[in-house]
Amino acid sequence: MHAPVSVTRVMLQVLLAMIPGLAAYIWFFGWGIVYNLLIAMTVAVVAETVMLALRGRPLRPYLLDGSALVTAALLAFAIPPLAPWWVTAIGSAFAIVVAKHLYGGLGYNPFNPAMVGYVMLLVSFPREMTSWVPPLDFSVYPMSFLEAGRYILTGQLPAGVTFDALTEATPLDTLKTNLGMGNTVAEIRAQLGLDEATSRLLSVIPIFGAIGGKGWEWIAGGFLLGGLWLIHRRIISWHIPLAMLGALAIMALLFYLIAPDRYASPLFHLFSGATMLGAFFIATDPVTAASSPMGRLIYGAGIGILTYIIRAWGGYPDSIAFAVLLMNMAVPLIDHYFKPRVFGHDRD
Amino acid sequence: MMAAIIALTLLAVVFGLMLGFAAIRFKVEGDPLVDKIDALLPQTQCGQCSYPGCRPYAEAIAKGEADINQCPPGGETTIIALADLLDRDPKPLNPENGTVKPKMVAVIDEQRCIGCTLCIQACPVDAILGAAKHMHTVIESECTGCELCLPPCPVDCIDMVPLGQDILTWKWPYPEEAAPKPAVLEKAS
Amino acid sequence: MSNAGARRLWRFRGGVHPPQHKQVSTTLPVRPAALPARLTLPLHQHIGEPAEPLVKRGQQVLKGQLIARPQGYVSAPVHAPTSGTVVDIGEYPVPHPSGLSAPCIVIEADGEDRWIDHAPVADYQSLSPSELRNVIREAGIVGLGGAGFPTYIKLNPGHRKALDTLILNGVECEPYITCDDMLMRERAGEIAAGIGIVRHALQARQCLVAIEDNKPEAYDAMCRATAHLEDVTVVQVPTLYPAGSEKQLIKVLTGKEVPSDGLALHIGVVCTNVGTAAAVHRAIDRGEPLISRLVTVTGGAIGRPGNLEVLLGTPMEELIHQCAGDSGAIERLVMGGPMMGFALHRFDLPVIKTTNCVLALTAAELPPPRPVMPCIRCGACADVCPVNLLPQQLYWYSKAKDLDRVQEYHLFDCIECGCCSYVCPSNIPLVQYFRYAKGDIWTREREKEKADIARRRHEFRLERLAREKAEREARRNRKKAALQADTARREKQAEIQEAIARTQARRRAAMKAAETQRRKAQQTARGRERPSPAARNAGGEGGNEKSGAPAGMTEDAPQGKDE
Repeated sequence: MHAPVSVTRVMLQVLLAMIPGLAAYIWFFGWGIVYNLLIAMTVAVVAETVMLALRGRPLRPYLLDGSALVTAALLAFAIPPLAPWWVTAIGSAFAIVVAKHLYGGLGYNPFNPAMVGYVMLLVSFPREMTSWVPPLDFSVYPMSFLEAGRYILTGQLPAGVTFDALTEATPLDTLKTNLGMGNTVAEIRAQLGLDEATSRLLSVIPIFGAIGGKGWEWIAGGFLLGGLWLIHRRIISWHIPLAMLGALAIMALLFYLIAPDRYASPLFHLFSGATMLGAFFIATDPVTAASSPMGRLIYGAGIGILTYIIRAWGGYPDSIAFAVLLMNMAVPLIDHYFKPRVFGHDRD
Repeated sequence: MMAAIIALTLLAVVFGLMLGFAAIRFKVEGDPLVDKIDALLPQTQCGQCSYPGCRPYAEAIAKGEADINQCPPGGETTIIALADLLDRDPKPLNPENGTVKPKMVAVIDEQRCIGCTLCIQACPVDAILGAAKHMHTVIESECTGCELCLPPCPVDCIDMVPLGQDILTWKWPYPEEAAPKPAVLEKAS
Repeated sequence: MSNAGARRLWRFRGGVHPPQHKQVSTTLPVRPAALPARLTLPLHQHIGEPAEPLVKRGQQVLKGQLIARPQGYVSAPVHAPTSGTVVDIGEYPVPHPSGLSAPCIVIEADGEDRWIDHAPVADYQSLSPSELRNVIREAGIVGLGGAGFPTYIKLNPGHRKALDTLILNGVECEPYITCDDMLMRERAGEIAAGIGIVRHALQARQCLVAIEDNKPEAYDAMCRATAHLEDVTVVQVPTLYPAGSEKQLIKVLTGKEVPSDGLALHIGVVCTNVGTAAAVHRAIDRGEPLISRLVTVTGGAIGRPGNLEVLLGTPMEELIHQCAGDSGAIERLVMGGPMMGFALHRFDLPVIKTTNCVLALTAAELPPPRPVMPCIRCGACADVCPVNLLPQQLYWYSKAKDLDRVQEYHLFDCIECGCCSYVCPSNIPLVQYFRYAKGDIWTREREKEKADIARRRHEFRLERLAREKAEREARRNRKKAALQADTARREKQAEIQEAIARTQARRRAAMKAAETQRRKAQQTARGRERPSPAARNAGGEGGNEKSGAPAGMTEDAPQGKDE
């Protein structure tokens, strides 16, 4: 007897759960993400096929499991929407070939492949990987589906538009840079969170929304929704997201209460950058996460704390990838020390 | 220059003292390694390892004279256990020492036995009963299946028979993952 | 007072909700199965030592006659389920996952179904618990829930004078199986009577009858049947597989966990199946040994699924036939449920004491054969494990045959309920790995024991050979010594003889000399001559004769040594 579950169904539901986040992403940042997704997925499937063939594994069951698609999707969300196609392709191939298959393939890789791919891109192509776009409302030139595609694939911009004009640092990046220049959080937000008319007058882009980055907070909301659905479907357990978001919020709250001028609010941290995507989709990758309930709480909390530390005091504006990879390393240790109490045994 | 030399010398002395102290203070009493190795061997006493019994083989392993893959009756299990104990890499059984065979016991054909007692003298575990000019018999539960009684028998009356499997000793097989097969159901019955 | 009121329940961790499939086999009442022409009775239908046959080939037996007696403490007798002739005692295929044969007694029924003389125990209350257990032992009763542990041992509270709680297990959480359900619906009175007897044997303070809440009819029937009994409570427990597993059920009802290395008894609880209680009632109140049981015959290949009262030893194919089964459509025949049962290798295997269900599954009912994927560490198995194990770690170490690590992860706490395999998205046969690992560990222990014996025997032999050699050596030495001593003695004797001879020679010489002297003296006396020097010499020789005494003593000395 077997329950109607399979790896394929698990992966498909994870992909489905990304739809609200994706919709918000397209709504606020244009069509670039769709190209990223398509490129990343195509390359991932090709890389997966080649690797399976080289390793002499049966193609059908492993291609149908959908795990390569999930990796590709997570990576695509982490790459700026207007990144050239080869950036996405290299990242996707690296994730599948090196981070997944060279470590033994599905179920054996110690590090989250999408995050390995992302970090590789970040250190190799810093310019491409940090050139994000502002929300469409404030874009100098909101590109159409075809125009975005043409730029990503060929690097050709519509006439009269420069690349620099199209791009904008992310809210987390802006916050970090400005804090570094000695401005207070309130000043930065006031300066950058103006209403549309004022901002046009001062020619600054209002990238801060009500709680997080403008647009970003809605994407985060979309991923939160999808993630809750995954918990409801018991595809993922609540332990990692709760522990990660909780630890991040507590850290943020602590420092926000101590020095609100120097540190952003907990809500800002929860609804900016890749927090929600990370909490529900990246950190919960079962292969690279801790396995026992207690272990998952520790693992999630570790990611939350590391994320905050790197965001607040590290060199990078966002840090989900680094935090996840660092905690991936700690998983064997966590699994060793946090075994559940077995029925009929006293707690060790 | 001088300062560096002095500092390094001091460091060397201090660490040397610490190591020396640790070596004495935390000395691990010499394990009876031979006993540990011997405990892992199947005690068939068959000599296929080229040593005259399990303990001599254990002593040879402990001294580093013999490899861990010379025991056919122990097979893979014993090799892995030895590798584990000695912190070495397991390796396949050395074919020069023999091949893994199913567990066997010696059975004496009582019609042909002439009661020469040669097999009794050969048996390493005294598992054969009998007296001169009287028929001999093997105590099945004590027989290790070493086959040492076969060569001396002048009338060739000893056979090795595989140890039968019944529902009391049966065990679940290692799952076949590649193609999970259901139990074959004999439809015509 | 029996009551069905709200009662605090606990819950165990994990568990699954597989589809029930129970409805189909509860539409018809329990029917008696037809008397088969031949019955095959394995001697090993229970946990413990096999029984020992008491009958011979060709012997006539009566229904209920003892045909095999228990061997050892953990064992159970076997009785003839009907009257007839013993046609063979030998190896026949038995229902076992191995598909192997085992010793069986085969009876050809004479069709008369004639009972042997039997009598009920007039008043069980007058019997001591120990006497009562003996009757239960002689009736061959074992746990009918599926494990087959001899009941008389379970009903022995040991040194405890009284027991707190007797749990009657009517949970029946496995899908498809309904024999306990139907027994409770139709024969609640028998169970209630059994409760009284079992309680008397255990001196239990209270009794809880546990029934899953998907069996309202059985619940009502048991409430009615136990209404007149003191301290008996019928409890509905939430439907959750494996709530019917003993340790999990005890947790649900009492909140207590049976220690890993202990028995339910150690926390004052004994848990027994409702069918077992009914069998105890039959044995005591009617004097009938265990010769039949209820069997659920169900599955997609069965036309009229239901429950049959089956004589032990009846071939399963006859049951399938009687329930309008289509043997051609059977893809897999299972004894027990789909979660914990095992696939059978043939149709003609006999029903034994632990056969609660004959499940004939069609190809459509079996999960499509999906390839086994690598473990993605999703932890679904750990989430559903009712014992709170980490099945994926156990799987990892079982797969690697790391038998020590797998025990560190508490392999032997696994109850093989199959929840982990059921939910595994990678389709890994986890329980099979655990069964394999357990078997391997047991085999290894057996082999270790055997190796230890062999080592002792070998060492003893070496010691013996060494001793024998030493003895031989010693004997040889002694012989040599004795030989040497002998030579020495002979030499001495020769010396002595020589000495004696010498002495005698001298004495003779002396005597001669004396004679000569006397003659001379006579001559001298006659001729007045002085004594000659020869006569003086003879006197000196005479003094020397005394020094011969030590020589005589040395002659004795070797004899003294020899003593």
